[in-house]
Amino acid sequence: MELIQLTPWDLSIAALLVLLLAALSFRLQLGIEKQLLIASARSAVQLGLLGLVLKVIFTQSNPLAIGLLTLFMLLVASYEVMNRQQRRYQGYWGMGVGIFSMFLSSFSVTLLALLVILQADPWYTPQYLIPLLGMMLGNTMTGVALSLDSLNQNAWQQRASIEARLMLGDDWHTAIAGIRRNALRTGLIPIINAMAAAGVISIPGMMTGQILAGSAPMEAAKYQILILFLVSASIGLGSMTAIWIGSKHLFDERQRLRLDRLTQPKR
Amino acid sequence: MSQLRLHNLQVQQRPPINLEIAAGQCITIAGPSGCGKTQLLRAIADLDPHQGEVQLNGMAQEAIPAPQWRCQVGYLPAESAWWREQVGDHFTDPDPKLFESLGFTLAWLEREVSRLSTGERQRLALLRLLNNKPKVLLLDEPTANLDQTNAQQVEQLIHNYRQIEQAAVIWVTHDQSQHHSSTAHYCFKGNKLEQITWN
Repeated sequence: MELIQLTPWDLSIAALLVLLLAALSFRLQLGIEKQLLIASARSAVQLGLLGLVLKVIFTQSNPLAIGLLTLFMLLVASYEVMNRQQRRYQGYWGMGVGIFSMFLSSFSVTLLALLVILQADPWYTPQYLIPLLGMMLGNTMTGVALSLDSLNQNAWQQRASIEARLMLGDDWHTAIAGIRRNALRTGLIPIINAMAAAGVISIPGMMTGQILAGSAPMEAAKYQILILFLVSASIGLGSMTAIWIGSKHLFDERQRLRLDRLTQPKR
Repeated sequence: MSQLRLHNLQVQQRPPINLEIAAGQCITIAGPSGCGKTQLLRAIADLDPHQGEVQLNGMAQEAIPAPQWRCQVGYLPAESAWWREQVGDHFTDPDPKLFESLGFTLAWLEREVSRLSTGERQRLALLRLLNNKPKVLLLDEPTANLDQTNAQQVEQLIHNYRQIEQAAVIWVTHDQSQHHSSTAHYCFKGNKLEQITWN
């Protein structure tokens, strides 16, 4: 089966729908049109650029260029994680927590998939590496952002309880254990929901893509299962790492609660 | 023997404080709100960063692991915080005699914290603290929300505890009411801590 090529005209029809939505929002004074248009324009430009970059990278398969692209993806993901925090860490930690936890989780899970499961040759074949890593990072980013936001918001709101436990001689682990558990749950709920709904309520994006591109449905399903499992491992590992080092950073060497290491929320 | 010693203790750019409280001694600290009374107690309990030295029986604060220090140097904040639903979840091995001294019974352990009054919560927080058998008590207006009968019971309990355990007590009050059992009184003048003498 041959993939049906999309013409600019085809994309314009879809874009028209978005414009229509924006006009409707403007008319009804819903106030969402600006954000909607910016986001749509961003996605069109970003994906277009990605298409161009990948075209070059796929033909050259230069390890250095691939490495740089993955680093760029990691930095942007970390920036997004930081940006989604109501109360972020001051200084280097703001970006650092995201970079470290996502590097540890997404990169190692991708590496495992490339070396052991897919056994691509060479292992850094960009046709496999880039989309895989992108899926890991994109999902892990959401998990880490949700986890850290929950951790820091709750630590702020429940600071009196945390300190009450410290005053009575509990160590910092015990004092923040409940908040940590909640943070991990918050980070993992989206992927658990996605796995529960997969195939019954929704056909996941990747499987849709493969089927549209002409793959046999069973092959597409196997790939999708692989991706879901890998993604949940990456989210879990990333969220746990971020929560671990993030919560440790909320206390100093004398186990004092140091909320002054968080910034005030904007607004 | 528990002796608390503050040497050039400095909290948030305020003038350094030097104090010595012997075992079984109780001092009061008064002063207007915002003068640093609570900050002082929090520094002694090692809840906030500070400069200078705090010693318990000659042992420096930083030589003792923080949780252990806070067990021995018990701090009762002006407003108590609770992290579980039931009172009993906050106690390990509660002492029935201690409960009775403030007019409670162990049946109160089954109660829900959210249904307690401020005064009840404050008195139970004191019991929760004393249950740890601290050697030093840092009390931030422990009778502020209590009626006279309860306030007297609390004062009596602290008095007895101090004598039996030979604990050193710092009692912060915002009014100048003198506790008959205190041996020294201090007051923040401006942001300096000065001893008050009555002749």
